[in-house]
Amino acid sequence: MSRPSQVDPRGPRVAAALTSLVLALAIVVPPPAREFLLVLQGAVFAVGAFVSVAATPYAVFFRGVVRPRLAPPTDLEDARPPQFAQLVGLIFVVVALAGFLTGLDALGYGAAAAALVAALLNAVTGFCLGCELYLTSRRLAKSLA
Amino acid sequence: MTGLLVLVGALIATALVALVKARYDGRFRRTSHTGEVNDDVERIDAARLGQALGERATLVQFSSAFCAPCRATRVVLNQVADAVDGVTAIDIDAEAHLDLVRELNILRTPTVLVLDASGRVIRRASGVPRRDQMLAALAEMSQ
Repeated sequence: MSRPSQVDPRGPRVAAALTSLVLALAIVVPPPAREFLLVLQGAVFAVGAFVSVAATPYAVFFRGVVRPRLAPPTDLEDARPPQFAQLVGLIFVVVALAGFLTGLDALGYGAAAAALVAALLNAVTGFCLGCELYLTSRRLAKSLA
Repeated sequence: MTGLLVLVGALIATALVALVKARYDGRFRRTSHTGEVNDDVERIDAARLGQALGERATLVQFSSAFCAPCRATRVVLNQVADAVDGVTAIDIDAEAHLDLVRELNILRTPTVLVLDASGRVIRRASGVPRRDQMLAALAEMSQ
């Protein structure tokens, strides 16, 4: 078995803070800027979910700008939880976009707000809601099988 | 205008979740609310855990691959098991034991169960327990 890749745990927190900022802006600006920001954030989530968390522009910002100003990390973290959380984020952003584009603004706002709450919790407390959903998704998959 | 209200709502929701989490994470709760212990449901034997139970108590941690705080929890449980006689710590991969996960209604990882000598589930906590919370749960149990 290959060793799972590791990340500096502060990277995903900084990425979550930037994600929160983009989602908060998306919620308050009028269309079409709203849709544009959601597409932008969706693309970042897609890179994180399907390529790697380290490949997202937020991670590049962390490595280039934030980390040089911090002490070395005390420990590294498995990269899979934040990567799974990016997929959960992507699903919420896609649902939000679908809502806004089809005129179901309540759905759009609801999904965007849920994604914002999850990202903000991660940024502020380090709690990864998307990661918690992994076990739930496995339980569901098993009971449907 | 709607957007601004949604934003404020999301901020309030975030603060509430963070407060609730800070209050309940790692807190051990009694598992039998009625005072009656349902022996059939809330007993886990050594065979299902794949390891022998502790003489006095067993700390069972449910972990998953997608769980960053599980490592910190494992450290706490192993320290407590080393420090207290007759206490064993067992780490269970939730994904490999989905039947047990469903039966015990484990919703999050890490979840920690405290079993007595006969394997009855006496206490449970989700989130990372502190060392003193873990020790207090064991102390309450032996009273």
